[in-house]
Amino acid sequence: MKTFRIGGVHPAENKLSAGKAIETLALPKQAVFPLSQHIGAPATAIVKKGDVVKVGTKIAEAGGFVSAAIFSSVSGKVNKVDSIIDASGYRKPAIFIDVDGDEWEETIDRSTTLVKECNLKPEEIVAKIKDAGVVGMGGACFPTHVKLSPPPGCKAECVIINAVECEPYLTADHRLMLEKADEILVGVSILMKAVNVTKGYIGIENNKPDAIKLMTEKAAQYSNIEIVPLKVKYPQGGEKQLIDAVIARQVPAPPAIPINVGAVVQNVGTAYAVYEAVQKNKPLFERVVTVTGKSVKNPSNFLTRMGTPMSQLIEAAGGLPEDTGKVIGGGPMMGKALLNTEVPICKGSSGVLLMNDKEAARAAESPCIRCAKCVSVCPMGLEPFLLATLSAKKDWERVEKEDVMSCIECGSCQFTCPSHRYLLDYIRLGKGTVGGIIRARNAKK
Amino acid sequence: MANKLIVSLSPHVHSGDSVQKNMYGVIIALLPALLVSFYMFGLGAVVVTLTSVAACVFFEWAITKFILKREACTICDGSAALTGLLLAFNLPSNLPLWIIIIGALFAIGVGKMTFGGLGCNPFNPALVGRIFLLISFPVQMTSWPTVQQWTAYTDAETGATPLALMKMAVNGDTTALSQLPDTMSLFLGNNPGCIGEVSALALLLGLAYMLWKKIISWHIPVSILATVFVFAGLLNLIDPVAYASPLAHLFTGGLMLGAIFMATDYVTSPMTHKGMIIYGVAIGFLTVVIRNFGAYPEGMSFAIFIMNAFTPLINTYCKPKRFGEVKK
Repeated sequence: MKTFRIGGVHPAENKLSAGKAIETLALPKQAVFPLSQHIGAPATAIVKKGDVVKVGTKIAEAGGFVSAAIFSSVSGKVNKVDSIIDASGYRKPAIFIDVDGDEWEETIDRSTTLVKECNLKPEEIVAKIKDAGVVGMGGACFPTHVKLSPPPGCKAECVIINAVECEPYLTADHRLMLEKADEILVGVSILMKAVNVTKGYIGIENNKPDAIKLMTEKAAQYSNIEIVPLKVKYPQGGEKQLIDAVIARQVPAPPAIPINVGAVVQNVGTAYAVYEAVQKNKPLFERVVTVTGKSVKNPSNFLTRMGTPMSQLIEAAGGLPEDTGKVIGGGPMMGKALLNTEVPICKGSSGVLLMNDKEAARAAESPCIRCAKCVSVCPMGLEPFLLATLSAKKDWERVEKEDVMSCIECGSCQFTCPSHRYLLDYIRLGKGTVGGIIRARNAKK
Repeated sequence: MANKLIVSLSPHVHSGDSVQKNMYGVIIALLPALLVSFYMFGLGAVVVTLTSVAACVFFEWAITKFILKREACTICDGSAALTGLLLAFNLPSNLPLWIIIIGALFAIGVGKMTFGGLGCNPFNPALVGRIFLLISFPVQMTSWPTVQQWTAYTDAETGATPLALMKMAVNGDTTALSQLPDTMSLFLGNNPGCIGEVSALALLLGLAYMLWKKIISWHIPVSILATVFVFAGLLNLIDPVAYASPLAHLFTGGLMLGAIFMATDYVTSPMTHKGMIIYGVAIGFLTVVIRNFGAYPEGMSFAIFIMNAFTPLINTYCKPKRFGEVKK
């Protein structure tokens, strides 16, 4: 069975909510939309206090090419344009909308009939995706239309769909495949048309045999979409790891990007969002979110309107357990620990993970015993122990020379370290600092 | 509620691996060899092993508390006990108590704690202790009791080791090699030698356990054993009267113990697989050179010691292959 070639770990999978069908979550009383919920320039608010909006009304315009528009997920009145602490832990500008009823924009096709036919030209597809505010749904939130516009000189050869869901606990993509397989496949063929390629792959890890079986059956009617079962290994959902696993090509070190080896990678949730945007005129304002954790009463998958506070999802899954020590937006390997449970669901929120006191606490660090396990598991072929030590010493020149910018922050090194060293904390510090140094150097040129 | 949430950076889960698990894992892997040593050398092996382990743990505790004045106690991590066990495995079973204690003091005190404790020492502490004793007490360190004198300790009768016979052969004694025990009894450990080194079989069981538990990777032991086999085999082909067979080299002296347990010490071996292979090949080569052409009959300790010194250099020049790196 295929997988990526360098490093990797296998954390306990804990897919507690894999058997739970997607439920539609009730509307929130107030929805909050941070203006910066994607990579790139923040969106610009185009509504003001007192404005009446419908479900699907554009409330913020993209702030540049690498940016994405934001749409209201509720109908009601704009309460204020203020700020809120989001999943990053920083206070960011946001639009607050008081919910009143559930009135949708007329342009949205709310029927459930499958629309397979798509006669748009590639640039029309990309424009429609851009106009619907679609971004990568896997967590990185890179605007999808940017990925579908290869830079001059680069030619896409295939579309690879990331249905790996290698983060433990999360099951949103898994459930989406089981329940929206046809729509996803149409979405994939639209993505392929948008970048003008004839080959599409959907990479699914082997711990989802039901999804592999169903998708393989459904994909039989598409001669050019291949389902690729992959060996369970973290971080297979990393873009570069997935490309290596599926088509055995390795993207060179930054600034090279996947398109340099002919690959366009999109998350399976993005493929579904693309289907809805292009075929149903529905902008991106809702997504599937997994609410899970060992102490959670009913681990669930909810179809959630953007802007819903996480506290409402936790309530719907049985309430906040007594022993909660940490609330994580996303999975346990790369997710972000939240400051409070009022953080709103954004385009990249794949899950809410509640950890109990014991799981939440970090063990104390002990000295590095130079066991080299971090080197063996690093999927980028780096030396985490060295990068961490050099970063702690603030030797930025050497940190850069040791290829810190290649680090994908997957956390495999810290996960494995027998001495419980906070390797990734230091490496992030090094990567951030060196990134700043490189930008300053390029600006001077 | 909200004010007691823990906020930290990802990853939020851990494999559950720990320094203790690895150290105790190595100790478990040493158990077959320990049992064989009790069977072969009886009381002497028990006394030497217990003394060495107790002394190493005591010295680590005492130095941490009274000289370094550190709060945290490190003896529970198992590394001092492991050093004690490995030191004992490298000693003859009739060694007097006071020499063992001096060896333990040197191993832990000079070999390890001088540099700051676990993780900081450039040389394998057990090896530091052994080499110190070998140079300081050459007579006591090179008289090995013959096997199965169960109740004997310092009064045990001693005999020539296979390595001594092999050295005599190199030095011109044409009948020496014919006095070697057969390969099978060398493999099982039925011959004089240091406590833990005699049974290749028991040590290989330990290797299998450590590979299974992913405590070490195969690179260092396999590259050492393969190099010794090839190099000793070549010499044997050139002159079978003077140079012992490659299997005799593999199964005698500290080769297995060194290749599996001493050279693979985390702290003092290289960090990349490429580096580990270079390190292993060099150790194998140096061992055969010292055994055949050096002053001492055994070269394993010195070979590892020398390559420990090269480990930082190997780490500097042997980088792992980066993802997406194109061969130039």
